[in-house]
Amino acid sequence: MAVTKLFGASVKRREDPRLITGRGNFTDHIKLPGTLFMALKRSPHAHARIVRIDTSKARAMPGVVAVYTGQDLVDKLAPVPCAWLVPDSDLKVPTYRALAVDKVRYVGDAVAAVVAENRYIAEDAAEAIEVEYEVLPAVVDQEKATQEGAPQLYDDVPNNIAFHWKLHAGDFDSAWNQAEVKLTRRFINHRLIPSAMEPRGALAYFNPGTGDLTIWCTSQNPHVHRLLLSAVTGIPETRIRVIATDVGGGFGSKIPMYAGEMLASAISRDLGRPIKWFESRRENYVATIHGRDHIQYVDVAATRDGKITGIRVKSYANLGAYLSTASPGVPTWLFGLMLCGAYTIPVVHVDVYGVVTNTTPTDAYRGAGRPEATYLLERVMDLLARELRMDPAEIRRKNFIPKEQFPYTTATGLQYDSGDYEATLDRALELVNYQQLRREQEELRAQGRYLGIGFSTYVEVCGLAPSAAAGAMGFQGGLWESATVRVHPSGKVSVFTGSNPHGQGEETTFAQLVADELGVPIDDVEIVHGDTEMIPFGMGTYGSRSLAVGGTAVIMATRKIKDKATKIAAHLLEVAPEDVAFENGRFFVKGAPDRAKTFQEVAGAAYLAWSMPEGVTPGLEETHFHDPINNTFPFGCHICVVEVDPDTGRVSFRKYVAVDDVGNVVNPMIVDGQVHGGIAQGLAQAVYEFAAYDESGQLLTATMMDYAIPKATMLPRFDVDRTVTPTPVNPMGAKGAGETGTIASTPAVANAIIDALSPLGIDHIDIPLTPERIWRAVQERRG
Amino acid sequence: MYPSAFEYYRPSSVSEVVQLLSQNPDAKLLAGGHSLVPAMKLRLSSPAALIDITRIPELSGIRDAGDRVVIGATTTYDEVMRSELVQRTLPILPEAIDVIGDLQVRNLGTIGGSLAHADPAADLPAVMLALGAELKAVGPSGERTIPADEFFVDLFTTALQPNEVLTEIAIPKPSGRTGMAYEKFANPASGYAVVGAAAVVTLGDDGRVSAARVAVTGAGPYAVRRTETEQALIGQEPTTEVIKQASQRASEGMTFNSDVFASEEYRAHLTRVFVGRAIAKAAQRARG
Ligand SMILES: Cc1cc2nc3c(=O)[nH]c(=O)nc-3n(C[C@H](O)[C@H](O)[C@H](O)COP(=O)(O)OP(=O)(O)OC[C@H]3O[C@@H](n4cnc5c(N)ncnc54)[C@H](O)[C@@H]3O)c2cc1C
Repeated sequence: MAVTKLFGASVKRREDPRLITGRGNFTDHIKLPGTLFMALKRSPHAHARIVRIDTSKARAMPGVVAVYTGQDLVDKLAPVPCAWLVPDSDLKVPTYRALAVDKVRYVGDAVAAVVAENRYIAEDAAEAIEVEYEVLPAVVDQEKATQEGAPQLYDDVPNNIAFHWKLHAGDFDSAWNQAEVKLTRRFINHRLIPSAMEPRGALAYFNPGTGDLTIWCTSQNPHVHRLLLSAVTGIPETRIRVIATDVGGGFGSKIPMYAGEMLASAISRDLGRPIKWFESRRENYVATIHGRDHIQYVDVAATRDGKITGIRVKSYANLGAYLSTASPGVPTWLFGLMLCGAYTIPVVHVDVYGVVTNTTPTDAYRGAGRPEATYLLERVMDLLARELRMDPAEIRRKNFIPKEQFPYTTATGLQYDSGDYEATLDRALELVNYQQLRREQEELRAQGRYLGIGFSTYVEVCGLAPSAAAGAMGFQGGLWESATVRVHPSGKVSVFTGSNPHGQGEETTFAQLVADELGVPIDDVEIVHGDTEMIPFGMGTYGSRSLAVGGTAVIMATRKIKDKATKIAAHLLEVAPEDVAFENGRFFVKGAPDRAKTFQEVAGAAYLAWSMPEGVTPGLEETHFHDPINNTFPFGCHICVVEVDPDTGRVSFRKYVAVDDVGNVVNPMIVDGQVHGGIAQGLAQAVYEFAAYDESGQLLTATMMDYAIPKATMLPRFDVDRTVTPTPVNPMGAKGAGETGTIASTPAVANAIIDALSPLGIDHIDIPLTPERIWRAVQERRG
Repeated sequence: MYPSAFEYYRPSSVSEVVQLLSQNPDAKLLAGGHSLVPAMKLRLSSPAALIDITRIPELSGIRDAGDRVVIGATTTYDEVMRSELVQRTLPILPEAIDVIGDLQVRNLGTIGGSLAHADPAADLPAVMLALGAELKAVGPSGERTIPADEFFVDLFTTALQPNEVLTEIAIPKPSGRTGMAYEKFANPASGYAVVGAAAVVTLGDDGRVSAARVAVTGAGPYAVRRTETEQALIGQEPTTEVIKQASQRASEGMTFNSDVFASEEYRAHLTRVFVGRAIAKAAQRARG
């Protein structure tokens, strides 16, 4: 068989030379003559009534072309849409204007837009706009926001509760009443700022002559943005082209529809000139979505030998001031459904309150819902182990879904595709040299040193699909993916994918798949993405779905190509198609390998079409829309080893072992990169990154001087390994690897630190485990 | 991240700088620009004019002046770090500079800029206090010398007048058995000092501390000497216990900053811990 030449090879990323030499096509690199630059005037208050906006000084400044307030645009731009309408949750979607009208609801809420001949003038003019506010009391804590007497953000969202979602599987009360061991806890999963390398921005040009809107923007899902832009501007989809070729990271933050892109489009239509808008990093921190931010109450019922018999969770999810595009779905479905984790938990009750507060809106951030579920479960596992004096590895083993039981249906209704959880645990234990480590821990403890070992045995849902499930969950879109494979007369191949990589490397991995299928050199395969004019339709890149869903669409389209090419080859070779074999890019007569046509010859013949088989049309191009039958469920075991300095609370990392199972791997180097980056992000949530507001709603971590994204020197070496349990869900047997690291690492790190401090009687400290928090906990115990 | 408009001047002598400063009261001197430009981009600072002092030969360079090392104000961190004279006589400087920012910052940031800016979390102010440096300033009425002890007066505020330029820093070469050390607790976001402690310890022939200078940055509004700690060391053998006692006094009478990362109480605690660590290391080095 001619398979697996490039599948499994660490082909170097083909996109990198362009990106690292500054020749990428990022939005801000695109220049159009006559462009005007937009700056937004943003609210300095978290909650205030707009009394008056005086734009006269700004308008009078030389170089200023126009100034818009919210009122000016009410008829020209519909509100920012929310597209995940979670059913049966009494969901209320309050009006979210691109420019606030009447009231501002978070620091950073835009109140006016200025367009000017250059960015400097635009910024000066934005500063010159005078806004009179009547400041109102603000609320930033989602639990307090639901309480009696809390400031109300909206008249039509009583108690600031935008929805109450529940999933009650099994009889928790009886599990609780019969429990031999009970555990009750409150956990905080704090707010994070996605911090993509490239902030958000757009260059929008509405050509009054043609009526076409072209917008270059920082998008993970250009077709979705086209659809939403059409909905808010009224410009038909056929007249909108969204281009997002190179995007500098997103982590979920470039999925939603935002004010900036909408305003640039509407104002360009108004003025007939190109409008460029780009966030500063500071704006990125206040006005691009944040992630996480849950307060969780957890009750766990278990047997004395360590088996969990039921779990009940009540979570307050902070949605921020408005409902961002996917925000209701993240803390509900993506969280609640995953509350069985890797374990045979038979009863799960979840109640989630989605609460609006005077903070930046939240939405999907790498992991989106699963990190919040995984952290909760993995902390519970450690707490239970401690309560029962069990080894944290053994209690996990005890609760694992056994490998014979796959496909396994969880209490929450998911069908886990495949798994062998113990294999990852065993491999990780071996790599970290567990028994030896525990002995070393004993010795160090005797010397007054604090070494800790932390586990995370996670499972996550990725390859987000299928469409029917999306519909049942209230997601206002399908979750399939499309691909068109166009073979040119020379035999070179263009692949048009609806996935839109923004750092994931699909220009390489998808080309590996196609080169293997067609037996052509990888250099003959080009991957085209990120342009709605070129690609049939795309749902985009998020939820670790590109390979599992988009890659499958590519393979299926490629197989259609092979079918057609086989017919043409058979015709040229004057045999029946059944008698033709295809190997290494050659079609040949079975049993007579010398009678052959190359793939390139067949491609040429398809376009010449001088002699085609009966009923076969000219050309060689196929499209496939793939809607998978299920999600995929990668899993693994991460172990972190730390030492804590009790005098300062500082943590030093000794070791980090990650054994993941993402099914078959197309490009190990790229998967390693995803795992490394993911661990860095998740580890950072445990010890470095946190967004903080003061009581009045000011973001205290509004720059990178205060918000600690992890730098290389702040991270340990990662020892990464894999087991391979293919998924039956797609022809590659590949799961997804984009979020595993982030999901797994936060609890592994937190558990390690708490394990280190356990001799002091500490069994929990909320993340982020900053040095001061640790030091305080130590002080309390030591007196 | 877009500053408001400003004029730009590039004088070629110190006297020209002084003249420009008198003529443009809203001007700011531009050295490495690694504190000033970020502040301008955030519009926290909007000077009407910038006077670029990086092309003035007399302001830059390191020379051996017998019992002192003299460093020009616009000498970059990198130049100081690489100076063989500095490495030999004032090893605390390369040690501290090594933990300032990153390569780009060290390539452009200047010694004079760091001191004149007096960021509460900057590293060199503490080091200069511990070294007993003297700072030379030139203004319309000529030249004057300001001891480091009198230079840092408040948050982002020094003894420099608005119309003065810092020209050079003179640092006495240590004599006898002297050890020096800088210990920093860096903020994971900014890399600046949450607390930084500098200690210069000299031992007599009897192994007892004959002189000690200890200073702290990051903890409070500006860098300060810790004289109680110094007093507690002098005349003593620097044992673990003596150092512990002395460092306990390091937080006495200080005002502490507080931010999202570290409260006043925690900074006070870190001050004691890092002062202790710096002294221990300096004493160890003095012993040789
Ligand atoms: C990413 C980053 C990380 C950093 N990390 C650290 C760190 O860890 N520790 C640390 O200490 N610093 C750090 N810094 C600050 C850096 O050290 C600055 O370079 C330094 O503080 C200022 O020096 P400068 O030459 O850049 O001064 P500039 O920014 O040019 O000037 C700063 C101020 O001093 C004034 N000034 C400059 N020179 C003179 C002079 N000769 N006479 C009178 N006034 C003058 C200017 O007018 C201005 O007000 C960091 C900076 C950045 C950007």
